[in-house]
Amino acid sequence: MRNSIAFPLLGLAVILQSAIVSQVKLISGYADLPLLMLAAWALQDRVKSAWHWAVLTCVMVGFVSSMPWLVVAAGYLGVIFMAQILQRRVWQAPLLAMFSVILMGTLFIHLLSFAVLRVLGTPFAFADVIGLITLPSLLLNMLFSIPVYALMRDLAHWVYPLEEYE
Amino acid sequence: MNSRSLQTTIIFLVVGGILALALGGFFGSASRQFGSVLIDTQTWFSSRFLGLQDFFTAPRDIVSLRTRNAELEAQVSQLQAQVIELQQTVNETEILAALVDFSRSNPESTYKAAAVIGFDPSPFLHYIIINRGSNDDIRRGMPVVTNQGLVGRVDAVIADAARVQLITDPASAVNVYLKNAETSAVTFGSVTGDISLDMISQNITVESGDLILTSGLGGGYPSDLPIGQVVTIRTLEFKLFQQATIQPAVDFSRLEIVLIITNFRPVDITPLEPLPSP
Repeated sequence: MRNSIAFPLLGLAVILQSAIVSQVKLISGYADLPLLMLAAWALQDRVKSAWHWAVLTCVMVGFVSSMPWLVVAAGYLGVIFMAQILQRRVWQAPLLAMFSVILMGTLFIHLLSFAVLRVLGTPFAFADVIGLITLPSLLLNMLFSIPVYALMRDLAHWVYPLEEYE
Repeated sequence: MNSRSLQTTIIFLVVGGILALALGGFFGSASRQFGSVLIDTQTWFSSRFLGLQDFFTAPRDIVSLRTRNAELEAQVSQLQAQVIELQQTVNETEILAALVDFSRSNPESTYKAAAVIGFDPSPFLHYIIINRGSNDDIRRGMPVVTNQGLVGRVDAVIADAARVQLITDPASAVNVYLKNAETSAVTFGSVTGDISLDMISQNITVESGDLILTSGLGGGYPSDLPIGQVVTIRTLEFKLFQQATIQPAVDFSRLEIVLIITNFRPVDITPLEPLPSP
């Protein structure tokens, strides 16, 4: 039941992303708050609802963004997939896992966006995308990943209390 | 007269004499010293009394002062919030006044004002979200402007909101003409949000500062909406067309309120476009 916090929380994340985070630009890139929250959530060992959260995020972001649904869905679900693989392997250093997921997730989503938009006819230059969007976005994502991870860890403790988990 | 009465009389006479002499100014220096001693003594007692009075009454005053201070701080916070609200209102009023001037000077179009409430979550795309939708008769393809010039066009609509593709979006292309050079061209957006001008014929002379307006070709936008001015021209002999960079008329980083031209219906020319030969 406590998992229903996902609806207001992810809704708020998408609103914040659209209204505020997208205004905090570094060159032409900005952080991806839903991505950060999903990655941090999927890395919590107690969490069993990461895929549900990802689907919900895909619906919300796909509704707001003009990005093709394929990119949004494949991007966020791919991040959950990466997070769950890494969580099993790098479980002793959660922040390292978080950084790794953010690095791979950002690159994956941006490359996917670039490829799909190019196929659909948008004239992008690869060097521009990497230099002006991807690397600045990556830096901002890395920067925000620490507080977001702490927040989601506390939330995971609240949603999945220890006695219930055991 | 007994001896007791005589003694009292003598004392009175002596004291009266001394007083008379003192009042007569015969004891000037002595009376000044005496007076100063009296004043010093009184000052000492008075200051000690006031100190004691402060000591006993001060706690009550501090409590009342603290209460008053808290009240005043709350009032200051309230007034600061009011100032911010009023500044915001003034800013909005200034923008709206400019937009009203613009709509009055262009009476051929009908406008609907909308506030910008968000941006596309993806950094690859340059879209804004406005707070007007199909409930306000907003339709897909309607042009969006400010008093400065063209902003973009409505890309998707829901009941109470719409998504607008900016002319800075990498997928955006607008048919334009250069007013001074009297030639047609096309503007393209980019990932950085800059607008470039392309498809300018090689035998046309374009100068920095030339005004760029929508041409209306293709039916996507109404004609004569300002887009910007030419900044630099790039002419390469081996290329078919000249290119130029543009200083946009609209400040896309500070979009707050926009106008939607509601009486313009874009023309879909897709059926008229030639099919690629097999």
